[in-house]
Amino acid sequence: MVVAMRIFLGAVILAAVAIGVVFVMRPGALPADVRPRVLSTTAASAAAAATAATRVITRGEYLARAGDCVACHTAPNGKAFAGGRPMPTPFGALYVPNITPDDETGIGRWTPDDFYRMMHKGVSKDGTLLYPAMPFASYTRVTREDSDAIYSYLMSVTPVKQQNRPHDLKFPFNNRDLLLGWRTLYFHEGEYKPDPKQTAQWNRGAYLVQGLGHCAMCHTAINALGGSSESKAFEGGMIPNQNWYAPSLTSNREAGLGNWDLKDIADLLQVGASHRGTTYGPMAEVVYNSLQYLDDEDVNAMAVYLKALPQRDTEPPPTSQARLVDPQVLETGRKVYAAQCGVCHGAEGKGNAPAYPPLAGNQSITMSSPVNSIRMVLNGGYAPGTLKNPRPHGMPPFSHILSDDEVAAVVTYIREAWGNNGTPVTPAQANDLRKLLPE
Amino acid sequence: MNGWSLVPRKTSRALVAVLAWGLASVVAAQSEAVPAFKKVDSIEARVQGCVTCHGQDGQGTNNGYFPRIAGKPAGYLYNQLTAFRDGTRRYPPMNYLVAYLPDDYLREIAGYFAKQQPPFAAKETASADARTISLGQALAAQGDASKGIPACVACHGNALTGMEPGIPGLVGLRPTYIVAQLTRWRVGERHAKEPDCMKRVAERLSDDDITAVAAWLSQQPAPKDLAPVSSSQVRMPFACGSQQR
Repeated sequence: MVVAMRIFLGAVILAAVAIGVVFVMRPGALPADVRPRVLSTTAASAAAAATAATRVITRGEYLARAGDCVACHTAPNGKAFAGGRPMPTPFGALYVPNITPDDETGIGRWTPDDFYRMMHKGVSKDGTLLYPAMPFASYTRVTREDSDAIYSYLMSVTPVKQQNRPHDLKFPFNNRDLLLGWRTLYFHEGEYKPDPKQTAQWNRGAYLVQGLGHCAMCHTAINALGGSSESKAFEGGMIPNQNWYAPSLTSNREAGLGNWDLKDIADLLQVGASHRGTTYGPMAEVVYNSLQYLDDEDVNAMAVYLKALPQRDTEPPPTSQARLVDPQVLETGRKVYAAQCGVCHGAEGKGNAPAYPPLAGNQSITMSSPVNSIRMVLNGGYAPGTLKNPRPHGMPPFSHILSDDEVAAVVTYIREAWGNNGTPVTPAQANDLRKLLPE
Repeated sequence: MNGWSLVPRKTSRALVAVLAWGLASVVAAQSEAVPAFKKVDSIEARVQGCVTCHGQDGQGTNNGYFPRIAGKPAGYLYNQLTAFRDGTRRYPPMNYLVAYLPDDYLREIAGYFAKQQPPFAAKETASADARTISLGQALAAQGDASKGIPACVACHGNALTGMEPGIPGLVGLRPTYIVAQLTRWRVGERHAKEPDCMKRVAERLSDDDITAVAAWLSQQPAPKDLAPVSSSQVRMPFACGSQQR
């Protein structure tokens, strides 16, 4: 009994020491200011080097979050970065690869050069061209230093042995040679070049939005070839296969941010909810996985850049003819609104931000595509739970309560009431979205 | 409730009373499914995303597919919320709603609904025949030893109010919901933590068993004490992952 107790105690002490050692050696666990003071020169320089390496890994983790690598490279319920997530595209399904540092199935044998070439040119270690579902057209803006930091971080995560699954693309898209054509049309290689006429803050924002943030992947329309044209940058578009509309960031009729306060833009990005609007759907995912972890300085820089994007409305506001609506439809919409919506969004559509977003004057309600508004009425939604808003408010689904006519009427009502200048929507539009399960 | 004790002479009056009571409960059920709260910064306001399907207090609505969630053990509700979020339990409207909600918040929501004890909705009129009902009762109370099926009450509690921390109450659920869940379990579309005891049970149930047990369960009146039983009182017939801490 006593022997058993001694062995047990010994094991406990060993375990405690082991935990202590692991804790001290863990990346990021040793802040610079707790280094032992008296050290020989070589030990001091070794410690300094270790601290520098730790800093690089920590920086890399932050940048990997800014790039939202985890969102695509992790399967639902899968191990982080081990890939395998199916990504439906109009051209067939892609299966995202394993980017853990496993030597055989991951990127364990990659060098910093290989990794930078992949980020910068969209070419894998073995020379194959990447499909542009990987946002290398954005990541090409990333500096060599930042690419190296992300590489160091990825090398530090737990390796997972998991074979990549081959893509399941339709002919002719399964032929990677076609990517040469795509690249000629839509890929412009090059790191971000700061604009000396702009502030350092604007340049930092531009670097994050155009580079790691890869905002253009959704907020620039994608054409039939899966490409997006630079002249249409940030002008908005439907997100393929997700049936959400990513609004234009350059139009005050959509999500153009020209007349937003910087604080509201930053809150939308980092908190997930603001006094002007709230994120749901794919943007909520981006906030949840990525933007909530960015520091205030970087989020503010992104806000400054986004607010300063040139506003160029490509289409004129709807004519009064286009806004004509059957008074009976409007009356149905008003009744549904009063019964179901007013308690949170207010009789005058002013909402109770940031818990309940305003509908009056809300660009995402009045923009020409009614897709997001119809989806919200049908399926409801919760804002993402974030560090700054861990207990978000949410909207319930109404698809089982309201008919297509009622959904169309209430969406028409909120698009036209309180001075909103949207256009009516039809029951058919509501029905089209009802058939689709929420993603 | 007086309407239930029918005396032949008073049949027509009683029928009117029953009809009126039924109508009132439908209206009440609908108004309880409309968003309403007093204070924006409150958990009541935060769970408004749940109410059009599960009712203001989790009592359910007049749609038979959406379950009563009030009073189910917090551990069970939390397991379901995280499973919906992580996609291990599939129901797209739920998967979508909770996709980006952190653990602590889901735990708070689960705890809130676990504490609610709203009155039970009116029972759906039984369409099952007497034989079906008696088969259902036998399965629930004794199980079927010849097929190795344990009784529902063995895990879900003598009063079917569930067991802490992870086993749900079955009273107040409608047959549509129970049939759907048992069937999904049997075909492997719904899972619980391994060892998945409910899968072992469901795989032993025939279609008739499922119809019968759902019909009987849905006819049970609410017990006085709605609290789930404590797990320390019970040795379970099958090992359940959701009961392990």
